[in-house]
Amino acid sequence: MVHRKAGALALVAALLMSTSAIAQDKRVVTWNADYDPIPLAAAEALIADFEAANPEIDVQLTNFDHEAYKNAIRNFLTADPPDLANWYAANRMRPFVEAGLFADISDVWANNGLNESLASSVLSSTIDGKQYAIPYTYYQWGIYYNRDAYAAAGVELPGEGGVTWEQFLANCEKFKAAEIDCVTTGSSALWPVAGIFDYLSLRTNGYQFHSDLAAGRISWTSPETRAVFAEFAKLQPYVTANHAAIDWQDAAAIFVQNKAAHYVMGNFAVGVFKEGGMTNDNLGFMVFPEITPGIARAEEAPTDTIHLTSGAKNPDDAKTFLAYIASAEAQSKWNAAVGQLPTNKDATVDPADPFLTAGFQALSTATGGIAQFWDRDADAEYAKAGMEGFQQFLVQPDQLEAILERLEQTRLRLYPQ
Amino acid sequence: MASAPPDHRTVRRWNQRTLAPWLFLTPGLFMFAVYVLWPIVESITLSFYDWNGLYNQDGEFTGTFVGMGNYAELMTDPAFETSLWNNLKWLVLYMAALPIGLFIAIFLNQTVTGIRLYKSLFFFPFVISQVVVGLIFAWFYAPNFGLFYLLTEAVMGQGTAILADPDLVTYGIIVAGLWPQIAYVMILYLTGLNNVAPDQIEAARLDGAKGWRMLWYVVLPQLRPATFIAVIVTVIGALRSFDLVSIMTTGGPFGSSRVLSYYMFEMALGEFGFRMGYGAAIAVVLFAIMMIFISGFIWKMWRDEKER
Repeated sequence: MVHRKAGALALVAALLMSTSAIAQDKRVVTWNADYDPIPLAAAEALIADFEAANPEIDVQLTNFDHEAYKNAIRNFLTADPPDLANWYAANRMRPFVEAGLFADISDVWANNGLNESLASSVLSSTIDGKQYAIPYTYYQWGIYYNRDAYAAAGVELPGEGGVTWEQFLANCEKFKAAEIDCVTTGSSALWPVAGIFDYLSLRTNGYQFHSDLAAGRISWTSPETRAVFAEFAKLQPYVTANHAAIDWQDAAAIFVQNKAAHYVMGNFAVGVFKEGGMTNDNLGFMVFPEITPGIARAEEAPTDTIHLTSGAKNPDDAKTFLAYIASAEAQSKWNAAVGQLPTNKDATVDPADPFLTAGFQALSTATGGIAQFWDRDADAEYAKAGMEGFQQFLVQPDQLEAILERLEQTRLRLYPQ
Repeated sequence: MASAPPDHRTVRRWNQRTLAPWLFLTPGLFMFAVYVLWPIVESITLSFYDWNGLYNQDGEFTGTFVGMGNYAELMTDPAFETSLWNNLKWLVLYMAALPIGLFIAIFLNQTVTGIRLYKSLFFFPFVISQVVVGLIFAWFYAPNFGLFYLLTEAVMGQGTAILADPDLVTYGIIVAGLWPQIAYVMILYLTGLNNVAPDQIEAARLDGAKGWRMLWYVVLPQLRPATFIAVIVTVIGALRSFDLVSIMTTGGPFGSSRVLSYYMFEMALGEFGFRMGYGAAIAVVLFAIMMIFISGFIWKMWRDEKER
């Protein structure tokens, strides 16, 4: 069955490629990607620049639908591997690395000084001491707040450094009195609740704890984990009711309509908020408040990556292109077009965009570490079990014991002690 | 006559009697073997492996044999238990489509001007795709703006978001599934009602039968073939309920609305799944459950054929 699908896919890919294979005498680098229109245009602009500088190389991008790509990559990496493929850092790339489908590109990292220029992403690109990914973009998570909702509830706006956790919860009480949801989310797709949990975990016990928890090294019934859920319980009454039935865009509508004050989200949501009519005047960004004093601040910034496949037909030129993608110049250009943050520390960020600037600031001063997001830090099955637990806790906080017990059983099954 | 060369004729007759049926059956058998039997064998084999769906660079299978491991895990998997219970709820509650469909069919089985229009309107939900049905009901139940939510808010003061409530969500989806299923059963009964012998109705009426007794003793027995088909399509419809769960809740909140077919998809092909062996094991269990019903139906059909 798998083979038949792959065949059909190869046919489609061949048809797509036959339209673009005009330059016969050039050395071809094939690249499979899953871009939406804006990132796709930005990627094509990068290819144009690269081909202008390397006229003997022809980079051919085959674009897939974002959701379909998640299945397609599993087939084409075996059946008809391109030279380069888009994917994600950390644990998300592990199955492909372990099946030997992504190639070791430590040499690209070493030869281009990427260990320095991409310092913040070394960990998430490395498996067993070797690098398998070129990270080229990420985006910060944090709390987006609605200044109009603050005004409506008569709550004082957060200052430059955000607010304290006690202040945040006290504000929530005021929002509740004004019938405004303090924190909104739409968890029908599960992952938005993981953003909230991740921050509570990072702020309560720090990066190392969180990383160990995601890796299955920490018990769900340990006092540290319980402490995270204790903070979660304080927040729970102030989260939008019925969030389990709506998706994150529906919750964005609640936020835009001033019915909610805060949204724990990734920076990609800014586009949706602005489409809903918000502007830089009433939309604000702050880092998640500190909970346990003195813990080094860690942030969430999921990283998108490009990989060299093991079946690449033209690995040498593909590596040249990867080195280009890693460069400050290419990353500045792509990320400026898409509105995300470059991973290269020498790259520049549009100073006119307050959210990107704030995000760049938040991430570059995050001494605690950069987490990838729950569903990328944890193994797929463990991640899903966790997210269902977080969602259930937000709906039925009285079920805490049952949830922790179930998660602990899942952990012991997946990570035998 | 007796001296006519027999060989020619017998060969031809042998061809006609023995070979020809097989020749006609070949394309069907081939399709059946390739698209039905082979996948079944493949699924059962796969259910004994732990495999993430990846072949390595040389195209070799990367799974490891775990014997009954997947099945042992299923026995202790709370999500599997939830799915099984939900499947049972689907099976039982989906049967409501039969009496309701029959009632509407009888109601529509009259000659009034424009009855064709009414019939088509009642049949309409079956024509639209399950995906659209799911979307319509998801909006109907949606918190804050859904019609159902607003209704409950107006009546009880507090809106009920069915799809966010782990205890109600499955019932909410079943109701959505019943909408087209009732239309399907209705059309089956409508055609069945066309074949009800008018003379028997007449005779029963002369004997003074009417209302429920007429329905129960005269009409229903004649509708048995229609009822049989309606039960089959309803049972199968309930067991393969996938699209509505996928569209309306994706199994949530926190897995409370999962059914076996959706859980199988989640485990084998979902974003956090790619446990092909485990998914295959769920598929085998679902197949076994379906086999119970299918063998029952086949046995009944076989018996009916023999009686004739």
